[in-house]
Amino acid sequence: MFDDFFIRALVAGIGVAFVTGPLGCFVVWRRLSYFGDTLAHSALLGVTMAYSFEFNIAISVFIISSVIALILIQLQRKTNLPGDALLGLLAHSSLAVGLVVVGFLTFIRFDIMGLLFGDILAVTVNDLIIIWVGGALILLVLKLIWKPLFASTVNYELAEAEGLNPDRAKAIFTILMAAIIAISIKMVGLLLITGMLIIPAAMARNISDNPQKMVLFSIIGGLLSVVIGLFSSLEFNTASGPSIITASLVLFILSLLKIKQSIQLKN
Amino acid sequence: MGTNSNTLVKLKNAGYQQNDKWLVKGVSLEVEKGKIVTLIGPNGSGKSTTAKIALGIYKKFDGEVEKYTNKIGYVPQKVSIDWTLPLRVRDFMVLTEDLKEEAIDEALSLTGVVHLKHKNLGNLSGGEFQRVLLARAISKKPELLVLDEPVQGVDFTGEIALYELIKKISEELNCGILLISHDLHTVMSATDHVVCLNGHVCCSGSPSDVAKNNEYKALFGEQAAQTLSIYEHKHDHVHSHEGEIKKN
Repeated sequence: MFDDFFIRALVAGIGVAFVTGPLGCFVVWRRLSYFGDTLAHSALLGVTMAYSFEFNIAISVFIISSVIALILIQLQRKTNLPGDALLGLLAHSSLAVGLVVVGFLTFIRFDIMGLLFGDILAVTVNDLIIIWVGGALILLVLKLIWKPLFASTVNYELAEAEGLNPDRAKAIFTILMAAIIAISIKMVGLLLITGMLIIPAAMARNISDNPQKMVLFSIIGGLLSVVIGLFSSLEFNTASGPSIITASLVLFILSLLKIKQSIQLKN
Repeated sequence: MGTNSNTLVKLKNAGYQQNDKWLVKGVSLEVEKGKIVTLIGPNGSGKSTTAKIALGIYKKFDGEVEKYTNKIGYVPQKVSIDWTLPLRVRDFMVLTEDLKEEAIDEALSLTGVVHLKHKNLGNLSGGEFQRVLLARAISKKPELLVLDEPVQGVDFTGEIALYELIKKISEELNCGILLISHDLHTVMSATDHVVCLNGHVCCSGSPSDVAKNNEYKALFGEQAAQTLSIYEHKHDHVHSHEGEIKKN
């Protein structure tokens, strides 16, 4: 019925959606969408490193993204530039350097479109293991730091004053962001990963009145996006990343109807 | 000020500077179990800064802070809740500590807002939100409460009730309270120890000592001193054991 690659892509996408759901909520709450973009753009550099040294792509991307995140934190401390300028600087320069390095790697065939927009054909059994094991680890760590991370998202000073150590939670969260980008890059592509984080969470915000609900709907929205997106990718022969993101956009638009309804009810 | 087993937090010559400007300097104070210490002073005198030093929110401070408890409830002066976060009162109550449903209800009832439990935090009025903040701080039965203008925006009768509640909590839980308040009348009636700030400690001691102090009169005017005498006339307190703390 389905080719084997399609089942693999589906299993991979579902694994990714379980993780991007809760992480995406924090990205929306903490206003980190541009930060996510920066990490994702830097992932290209990680991919080129992986090819150059014949290393696992996910691990290589994870390392490079973490390094970029650390550099960002250092720059924020040491310079007087605003945060968005630093993010832009790192995002575009690491993307540019990555593309330049790709130019030098003439000895291997490079599917640049697949990197930028995702390629379901590229998902191997090995990738599935990385996604599900890595994803489970990310969710486990997120659960452990949930209280301080959430409390400091609501109010940093309350969390700090009442002894929750929000700085540590924030640092760990940054690493989790690098990790989710690393494991989802093959599915969604590095230009669209942030969309996978933000759009289902934004959809969930429209239909939730409390944080737990928002996380739940964000996961459901991500799962639906992956399933609908991948089926249409197969049907219309489109790239997997854009198809998934388009599906999530449709869900977001539908969620706007709910907002409209609740406003009308109030009137 | 010798440290004893009742001490919860102690500041020794503490100060904090931001952009090469001292926000507050040379503050020494001590909060003990069951005692209310109040910080008073004009705007920008370093009251909130002092509280944040005591709480450990500011890390690069001057002087010494000794903290003997981790069970802390804090009501900040300003809390802005982001609209991107869907948050009900109930979710806010368990922000820093998991509580049983009864404990949540009890705290919300004490501050008179239990009916708002399932409301969205963004839909509360200023006074209602302030009551929720106070309920959250006391719900975890803290050993140390730091209240930065806890009744701002609360209606007049509510204000009196909440100050009575604060005093009752300090007695029932035997917790120490560091209170920041502009309401001199309340300060003088409910406090064990007053620290008057103006970038530095300009005077401190029992309420009656502070009221007699010339620097206090200069800061708040003659009328402030009279507020106290009227009050004392009504209730006739004795604060003899605290005379020794007087600095001037």
